[in-house]
Amino acid sequence: MVTLRYSIISCIAGLLLLSSCKESPKLPIFGEREAKTVTRADGTKGVDTVYQTIPAFSFLNQDSTPITNATFKDKIYIADFFFTTCPSICPIMHRNMKAIYDDYKDNPDLMFLSHTIDYKYDKPSVLKKYAEKLGVDGKKWEFAYGPKAEVYKLAETGYLSTVIEDKTAAGGYVHQGYLILVDKDRRIRGAYDGTNDEQVAQLKKDIPVLLAEYKK
Amino acid sequence: MRNLILCSVICAVFVLMIASCQTADNLERDMYYTNGRDIYIKHCQNCHGAKGEGLAALTPPLTDTVFLKANKQKLACIIKNGLKGEIVVHGKSFNDQMPPNGTMADIDIAQVIVYITNANGNNQGMYTPAQVAADLAACR
Ligand code: HEC
Repeated sequence: MVTLRYSIISCIAGLLLLSSCKESPKLPIFGEREAKTVTRADGTKGVDTVYQTIPAFSFLNQDSTPITNATFKDKIYIADFFFTTCPSICPIMHRNMKAIYDDYKDNPDLMFLSHTIDYKYDKPSVLKKYAEKLGVDGKKWEFAYGPKAEVYKLAETGYLSTVIEDKTAAGGYVHQGYLILVDKDRRIRGAYDGTNDEQVAQLKKDIPVLLAEYKK
Repeated sequence: MRNLILCSVICAVFVLMIASCQTADNLERDMYYTNGRDIYIKHCQNCHGAKGEGLAALTPPLTDTVFLKANKQKLACIIKNGLKGEIVVHGKSFNDQMPPNGTMADIDIAQVIVYITNANGNNQGMYTPAQVAADLAACR
């Protein structure tokens, strides 16, 4: 764990160094990585770095329609974990996410994915009402409902909360309120405290940087 | 022209200086307001917003001066016991749930009331813990 953290830190530092001399900086890639033998496009075999990606998932959205990774194909997206009756940090996170949502209303390349962690109360119909009250309609912002075990596991292993946040912090991801930026290859490119104005401002700066990576 | 602007700036500064020579009453209100703002930031701002703007159709704003005046005697109950059911604020309907602040002391409730009824366009003056206690005794 410690070595992992070190390697990530040094990796980020390296990336920062690299990016400081380039015209268009790139965001770091979070998570574990390993060298794997891959088959290249021309059929030859070689070794390449494989990055951790968001695992496959299947949940119901606010319209009770199944959503999976495929729903976010060729999109970058911002993911978070919340619940509709959350009295503390979720309103702040979603106030901030909503502002970004409004800014990118006409940009189909950016989507939003909010996982409820209240599997008892937040059924799709409840999520629907919440979305409407938040002023969200259409397919750009998905609210995902799923079984506790799956959602919690996805948060912990898929969204790397332990890597990003100190493990001594009680409650981990749920109470830290991270907004997680995922690229089109399902890799985590940033995690921002959704209740912290400075970090949210950084997220707003990073979105165009990530979008630019995919501009050919 | 320049001189005129300069003159009015100086004038304005003077007026402000005089206005800031407060009476004891105003001083108490200002202390309540300042403490109330801290309580607001800690307990209310996440939902009601830094400028009392609310959050979409989820949380009503605190900028409806008419609503806050008309419901002044109910504010202590709303803060202490929470609120649910439909209400109309700024002509918009809200129907959600505000959690209670059951352990909040009367003085803190009074301070946060002074804050919300004097910030964001409101201007209702002082409110005392005694008034809060009386309001709470009459909560339904
Ligand atoms: C978890 C979110 C939340 C928190 C925290 C919260 N409120 Fe509310 N508040 C609401 C909601 C939702 C309503 C509307 C309830 C309804 O629909 O009946 C409301 C209604 C009100 C109203 C009456 C309507 C209006 O906008 O004038 C007042 C006054 C009010 N809140 C003040 C406060 C104060 C003061 C605090 C802090 C002590 C606070 N609230 C904390 C969510 C919240």
